[in-house]
Amino acid sequence: MSINHARRRHTFAIAAGCASLATLRSTASCAANELIDPNTDALSQRAAAVTAGASIRIGRVSIDTPRLADNGHSVPITVRVDCAMTGQEYVRRIVLVSETNPRPLIATFHLNAKSGRAEIATRIRLNKTQRVMALAELSDGSFWADRAEVIVTESACLDAE
Amino acid sequence: MTSDVPAYSMSMLVICLCLSLNANSEQAQTGPPKSGSVYASAEIRALQADDTANPGMLWVANGEMLWNEAAGSQAKSCAHCHDALVTTTPATIPAMRGVATRYPMVDAATKSVINLEGRINLCRAKHQGAAPLAYESAELLGLTAFVAFQSRGMPRQVTINETNRAVFERGATLYQQRMGQMNLACVHCHLQNAGKTLLAEKISEGHSNGYPIYRLEWQGLGSLHRRLRSCQLGVRAEPFAPGSDQYLALELYLTWRAAGLPIETPAVRR
Amino acid sequence: MVARADLPAEAKRGAVVPVRIAILHAMETGYRFDVNGRSIPKNVINTLTCRYLGESIFRAEMGSGMSANPSVHFYFVAERTGDLEFEWIDDAGERGSHRAKIRVVT
Repeated sequence: MSINHARRRHTFAIAAGCASLATLRSTASCAANELIDPNTDALSQRAAAVTAGASIRIGRVSIDTPRLADNGHSVPITVRVDCAMTGQEYVRRIVLVSETNPRPLIATFHLNAKSGRAEIATRIRLNKTQRVMALAELSDGSFWADRAEVIVTESACLDAE
Repeated sequence: MTSDVPAYSMSMLVICLCLSLNANSEQAQTGPPKSGSVYASAEIRALQADDTANPGMLWVANGEMLWNEAAGSQAKSCAHCHDALVTTTPATIPAMRGVATRYPMVDAATKSVINLEGRINLCRAKHQGAAPLAYESAELLGLTAFVAFQSRGMPRQVTINETNRAVFERGATLYQQRMGQMNLACVHCHLQNAGKTLLAEKISEGHSNGYPIYRLEWQGLGSLHRRLRSCQLGVRAEPFAPGSDQYLALELYLTWRAAGLPIETPAVRR
Repeated sequence: MVARADLPAEAKRGAVVPVRIAILHAMETGYRFDVNGRSIPKNVINTLTCRYLGESIFRAEMGSGMSANPSVHFYFVAERTGDLEFEWIDDAGERGSHRAKIRVVT
């Protein structure tokens, strides 16, 4: 199957020695529960701005998005959070953060205990090949995240005739 | 942003020079025509197939509203003559099912070849006393998409005879005519190199069966004439005007060329 | 504003129901220029809400990083037969709304 037709959930791991661009759906990797250091890169800094400095751990969140986008104007993305969504523990919001878009914050989706499932899907604009981060704030105030790299050949910033 | 354009042009120029070296006279189309969806990615095909996700359906929904809205000095809606609709999915105006398959057709009154957009505007003028809608306007796109959608899945049925042969021949000539700075004709990409990759795109056979289409790069729905314009700009040719005789001739030729392909409106493309 | 909401017509009480809302909107980024070279001002749907049985079940704050003609897919728990009321507003202050019904059976 050519790369154009591959749609994979994947994890971009910063830690050396970890398998990157994994095609498996599970989050079981040495990147799980890793604390994101806001000083490492632009994406982490942008994410830290969203949480107002509160720490973010990799895990519980999974992004499903194509490895290669058909067009940066409309990249499908699904975010699922491993959370029962009960009165005791639920996802307050899911935030999409871009690594290189001129505006870091793509969208925030507010859920509550009655949402039933911590999952949203939408289509976003990406200006170039980059990583996207999905943050989930839980009812206990903790932040969890996943990152995914998308190759973009047709930038959302370019107009078409 | 704009710094990318010269690089794009350069590669296009190089590629097209190679293509033009291989170009020869028109070959007969071998095998049945293949829709653009065959060349699209699985993602795009899935998006098109899912009516809840297909953004083109928003225009069909808009078309539905306009269909039922009174318009013009006569204050009549399309539904007034053509039957009211029930829902948008699936096609439910029995009288309108199959209509789009006959376009472009020769208008009995004016004896000229008209497309669906032309018919809608003629109807508006004659029966509603309403001003014509402009190409690429939300209203014309909505109505065109809505009417074509009623025939989704049905193959176009255009017959070439003495009433439209001259227009057809003109379309065929234009299709084979080199144009623009790159000196390419439609045949060079869509007949001789369909299926090959040009930059990040797979070249399709360039059929018209999905129009109006939702193009991701347009971020909206657009007509066939808009796409033809993009093609001409792509080879650095002066584009014809939307609704022009040239585009109508090409549209007739393209419809003939796509014989057997079902209408896919609203198709989704990159 | 033109919109489509897609959800099942009927659901069992307590079931988790998927719903998608799509809105026809250019979601102007503010980075584009018109044919005369003038900047087209930013205008995106910035807030989208959904109420079910009078209660807010979903809210999205969106930026220009959302695609044109935005569609959002989310879930809610079916309680009683009732309406889903979507409302949204864009940067220019234009409001839109859409209503969809769900029939809940036991």
